[in-house]
Amino acid sequence: MPVMTRRAAIAAAIAIIGAAATVTFAQSSAVDEIAKYRAALQDGNPAELWEARGEDMWKSPRGPKNASFASCDLGLGPGVVKGAYAQLPKYFADADRVMDLETRLVHCMVTQQGFTQADAAKTPFGGPGVKSDIEALVAYVTAQSRGVKMNVALDHPKEKEAFALGEKMFVFRGGTHDFSCATCHAEDGKRIRLQDLPNLMTVAGAQRAYTTWPAYRVSQGELRTFQWRLFDCFRQQRFPELIFTSDASIALTMYLARNANGAAFDAPAIKR
Amino acid sequence: MRRNVLLWGCAVGVAAAVVGCATAPTDVEISRHAAAVLKDSFKANGQAGLDRLDQDETQRLCTQYANKPLPKDVAGMIEQLNLASIKWPADGKWQGDWKNGERIAQEGRGKQFSDDPRGPVGGNCYACHQLAPQEVSYGTIGPSLYRFGKLRGDNDETRKYAYGKIWNADAYSACSNMPRFGHSQILSEQQIRDLVALLTDPASPVNQ
Repeated sequence: MPVMTRRAAIAAAIAIIGAAATVTFAQSSAVDEIAKYRAALQDGNPAELWEARGEDMWKSPRGPKNASFASCDLGLGPGVVKGAYAQLPKYFADADRVMDLETRLVHCMVTQQGFTQADAAKTPFGGPGVKSDIEALVAYVTAQSRGVKMNVALDHPKEKEAFALGEKMFVFRGGTHDFSCATCHAEDGKRIRLQDLPNLMTVAGAQRAYTTWPAYRVSQGELRTFQWRLFDCFRQQRFPELIFTSDASIALTMYLARNANGAAFDAPAIKR
Repeated sequence: MRRNVLLWGCAVGVAAAVVGCATAPTDVEISRHAAAVLKDSFKANGQAGLDRLDQDETQRLCTQYANKPLPKDVAGMIEQLNLASIKWPADGKWQGDWKNGERIAQEGRGKQFSDDPRGPVGGNCYACHQLAPQEVSYGTIGPSLYRFGKLRGDNDETRKYAYGKIWNADAYSACSNMPRFGHSQILSEQQIRDLVALLTDPASPVNQ
């Protein structure tokens, strides 16, 4: 669908959700309308724009060393993108660390393209007037795993360690509100306001949630990565700011990605 | 800065896969390590300092028992500890204005690093509970509170319970999902009184 038609469809859908929010609708009908809105969104996904920008970026020489990502190893060999995301996070011997995609991209920008660590990780998330290279690269790389079954290994001791730490962090209560990830994501069929919450402690829940990130968020007009998902969950948990590519962010990603094993990856998706 | 202590240290090397690890880390060791890694993985932002990752006794115990049944004696201890911390209104007035209560129940802002530290700070009750039937956008993590006062009676016992529960939910149900709004200085005494009114005042839309 051309972009203009797609925008029109989205605008129409937003009008539907606006109507649904008025009190004249019974709640069940509001939920139905939101389901229709979500279905309408599937018609066209602006994430394609991020994918295209990311593909350009992946193939073009960049940085002080004027190098492309051709020799960046995402785990399946230098430059191999197809299916790579479905096996991440994983242990990389050259960095002696478990890495998720975002961390590995930053690693390649630093070691191969000559960026400083600070420059490479400077804009993890886009916003008004700010484009994030990371989000575009993530869109491109993840799209190359669409339809591929999640297959995250727990072979290396550090992979096992990351999983065990992520499992603990998921239930860690803190902050002013005593929230942990499990406060919202440990029961089936729960909602915040009208937003359905996945139960990430079941295989089915983790599979459905993990395989649909990254996603284009209509309400933000941005493509959001899994690092962003964690960052923004912790913001709402009233925690301090999760550091981009920190060990905790990778451990939690490992826990959720591993639990999604066996499901076909299906992103970049589109969400409200 | 970064703690690269490897929990499965003994498994690194020759026979790891075959014989396994004789001294796999205990649950307590993993928890301690997870808390340390968390501390290194966050930075202070605005009103949300790193001290928010320092667990009090209640948070620590509720984390420890998150994936297993909470023993009765531990639950009792948590409830006692939290009940003792409730600051009851000095003038014995439990109930404020339900109209203010409705605004506080709707207000989702407060305490996030993206929020203005000068306020407003709300209870965000509708995120998890049904209250007034006019609001169809309510969550289901907590029970429906529609007709709370009508079902429990228009009396001081009901009002006192509602006040205490909002002040410190763990005093009545150890490791509740509900924040301890008074105890953790999220809401003021007056805001809690207004929420009590929303729940118990016969004129409140909750009780229509």
